[in-house]
Amino acid sequence: MTADTPAAGSRELILSRIRAAVANAPETEIPRGYRRTRSQEGLAELLADRLDDYRATVHVVPAAQVAATVGRVLKERGVGRLVVPDGVPEEWSRAAAGEGGSQIVRDDPPLSAEELNAVDGVLTGCAVAIAETGTIVLDAGPGQGRRALTLLPDYHLCLVRIDQVAGILPEAIGRLDPARPLTWIAGPSATSDIELNRVEGVHGPRNLEVIIIDG
Amino acid sequence: MSGTFLGMPSFPRNAAAAVQDSQLRFNLRKATHTIRDRRLSVVGELPDWAELRQAGKAIKDHTLRHLDTYLLQMEEAVTRAGGKVHWAADAAEANRIVTGLVKATGETSVVKVKSMATQEIELNEALAEEGITAYETDLAELIVQLGDDFPSHILVPAIHRNRSEIREIFLSKMAEWGKPAPASLTDEPRALAEAARLHLRERFLSTKVAVSGANFMIAETGTLVVLESEGNGRMCLTLPETLISVVGIEKLLPRWQDLEVFLQLLPRSSTGERMNPYTSSWTGATEGQEFHLVLVDNGRTQVLADEVGRQALRCIRCSACLNVCPVYERAGGHAYGSVYPGPIGAILTPQLRGMGSELDRSLPYASSLCGACFDACPVAIDIPEVLVHLRSRARHARAERLGMRAAGWVFGKPGRLARAQRMGSRFRRLVPRRLPGPLGGWTDTREIPDIPAQSFRDWWEQTDGGRR
Ligand code: SF4
Repeated sequence: MTADTPAAGSRELILSRIRAAVANAPETEIPRGYRRTRSQEGLAELLADRLDDYRATVHVVPAAQVAATVGRVLKERGVGRLVVPDGVPEEWSRAAAGEGGSQIVRDDPPLSAEELNAVDGVLTGCAVAIAETGTIVLDAGPGQGRRALTLLPDYHLCLVRIDQVAGILPEAIGRLDPARPLTWIAGPSATSDIELNRVEGVHGPRNLEVIIIDG
Repeated sequence: MSGTFLGMPSFPRNAAAAVQDSQLRFNLRKATHTIRDRRLSVVGELPDWAELRQAGKAIKDHTLRHLDTYLLQMEEAVTRAGGKVHWAADAAEANRIVTGLVKATGETSVVKVKSMATQEIELNEALAEEGITAYETDLAELIVQLGDDFPSHILVPAIHRNRSEIREIFLSKMAEWGKPAPASLTDEPRALAEAARLHLRERFLSTKVAVSGANFMIAETGTLVVLESEGNGRMCLTLPETLISVVGIEKLLPRWQDLEVFLQLLPRSSTGERMNPYTSSWTGATEGQEFHLVLVDNGRTQVLADEVGRQALRCIRCSACLNVCPVYERAGGHAYGSVYPGPIGAILTPQLRGMGSELDRSLPYASSLCGACFDACPVAIDIPEVLVHLRSRARHARAERLGMRAAGWVFGKPGRLARAQRMGSRFRRLVPRRLPGPLGGWTDTREIPDIPAQSFRDWWEQTDGGRR
């Protein structure tokens, strides 16, 4: 068998081809002259503006008004069954279930995909948000649940505390743990595949609503 | 997909056919111009774009220089996190591995999220031969698959189809593949997207194996990253019990921190968005899933061995170079006879395949060398330089070789290039009126696109990237 036969052990073959190919290649210094931080000013407004740009519905409210806002938006939307993962503050789920509000569904024991598919919405917190790019990052941690929870229901209500908001992307990368499964969300699911017309909502939640808690 | 790219005729013949097709030309023009404008505006927003681009280029060069070390790191990290790593020297081996893994699950169908690597190795065809059906789940890929057709653009593969054609395809073909389209389906994009949502939702809930690619792999942590818009990627990555990711070995980045550069470069260059709607990352076996990573060479180490050509491996498949290319705009993606169309295809395909065919030898000529692709490229791949280099490797008439050597001199130094571009008329003479070799057929049927009177570089400087 010649050295170039895949069956000779492709791992070793590929590694040896690489070593031969780069033997005389020069070393490269990596210049990191790009911005690493941004001033903390106006983060809530910037995040709200950028999320709005990608057609999420956004509210910026002080902590004292969060419960009332949660109750109000769910009622307005008429979200019937709402899945709420463990770790979401009691106050929020109580508000969600308030008079004329949603019926709360728990993921314990874990719901099947079919059961989740029959739920109308999901309420979560987040791990990090990025103001400049209008992005929310979930890490499947407390208050967020496993990934399918924010995928199958058609409506996602996400609450972001101002201390979770990073100015720019490099700041967020530093705060995230790559060992966890991460989902970065920038606006509702979208496609531009048909003559480049943007259509919101193909497979993920078609409606994303965000409450930014500032003050 | 039933056809194969490999049996396709050469670029000039394909291009000649495509330029006759006015629907394709109209769609392509609209698409490329729309995305181009969006890209310029979001790139212009970042004060440090030039620095990000430099960092992106350097990180990729550094990774490629130490690719062996980083691949081993990746393997170790994925294994530690409960995943299994497989190595495939060529397409046949990659297909054998994936087919074997699917068979081991006892399943006969898989859902797929758009991946150029699996198109390159023609995985769907290989799976079909073993009785396994691969369902594409990107809206555009679904359109292409249902229409029994080839993708024409990296980013918007169905850009050659208009809405009424898509409606026709959905109405006539969806039933064969699963949930039929509603008989009352209109050609409104919203209605078409809804039909796709319903058609595919059923499939996501019932299919147990998924095949994906990845945009990036992080060596230090063993993390894979997928960027997407629609959510079908999240469906494939999250719901099935087994996930098989097929990834080219050049997709590596050394460190988690490096993503801070590429997650800024890619969405802005690609769809012209600050951030794409969904990005998923996972490390090893996640949330109870079984995870396999198939690392694919398939010609990449051959590209790596070419001092000039290896920069093509920096490519992050953003498609910015396609959208600024005057040849692509007129000829369309199909003319390139490969999953990699446009300027990047013209330098990557012949290198990956080794320029054995007439088509591959003609690809380095599918360019007017105007340099717009280089300016647009977020990892600064000097596509004209590689084109000229490959032309000197492809055999053709002596006179043309001489002409190209002059072009090579012009492209050798940035100053010379800028000067030559400004001296439009003189530079134009370096572009033969009738393209050499097999491309002659193409120029016989149409004019070579003119080099713009004002070079892209000058225009960029004068207008501050189009903002003035
Ligand atoms: S060559 Fe550059 S511009 Fe073209 S697809 Fe690759 S990264 Fe994008």
